[in-house]
Amino acid sequence: MISKGATWNSNSCRIKFARRFVSALLHMRNRNTRPGSLTIEGVRTHTQRIKIAAYLSMAQAVGSRRAWSRAVLSKHGSRARRHSRMGRSSVGLKKTRVIRSYPPGELGQAKKLRQLVPGGKTMDMCSLLEETAHYIKCLATQVKVMQTLADNFSK
Amino acid sequence: MSSRRSRSRQQSGVSSNITDEQITDLVSKLQQLIPEIRNRRSNKVSASKVLQETCNYIRSLHREVDDLSDRLSDLLATTDTDSAQAAIIRSLLM
Repeated sequence: MISKGATWNSNSCRIKFARRFVSALLHMRNRNTRPGSLTIEGVRTHTQRIKIAAYLSMAQAVGSRRAWSRAVLSKHGSRARRHSRMGRSSVGLKKTRVIRSYPPGELGQAKKLRQLVPGGKTMDMCSLLEETAHYIKCLATQVKVMQTLADNFSK
Repeated sequence: MSSRRSRSRQQSGVSSNITDEQITDLVSKLQQLIPEIRNRRSNKVSASKVLQETCNYIRSLHREVDDLSDRLSDLLATTDTDSAQAAIIRSLLM
């Protein structure tokens, strides 16, 4: 049942995300039928891949409309299908261009927020707040869908 | 808090075209999205508190995604195809 409190936007966002995420999971499942995937390292990599698939699916569902989703897509997009088996995903993800001085913001706490929201480092204060609001809505949707999936799997 | 704001307005008046009003408007919108602040029912929440709670909320959401990825990775590995498909259909109908 579609919850009555949700607006049209969050529903379509939820459905788009759910479809992409589920197909990514099934795709991963078909690839992972080797016995080697049951080692500790294999399990950790599997978890990492699922996490990345979740964030990527959400960014894809949002598309290029938002700065944060564009940032996520450019970070992970080209590596999505060529993810290495060693699981060292932190190596390839550092940007070569480091922004040292971000635009002046009104409040000091914005610095931490910039680190949490994808693409936040180069935004002005206004955009940062707007993007944060949208990001939070999408993250909450993502968590709900993942929760529903996990609950249904264990029934 | 207000003295800090007026000082920064003088310093950054050259480059920023953003009014304080716009910022407070956006901050109050953000306030509505954070369950912590929404449930506390107090009208006066400072902007720095809102930002602090926003950071905490985003971090907790990230942690939940990590936990759920872990659970899903276990569950995916141990269920057979038929139960997996049934589970997915059930979730999509909800």
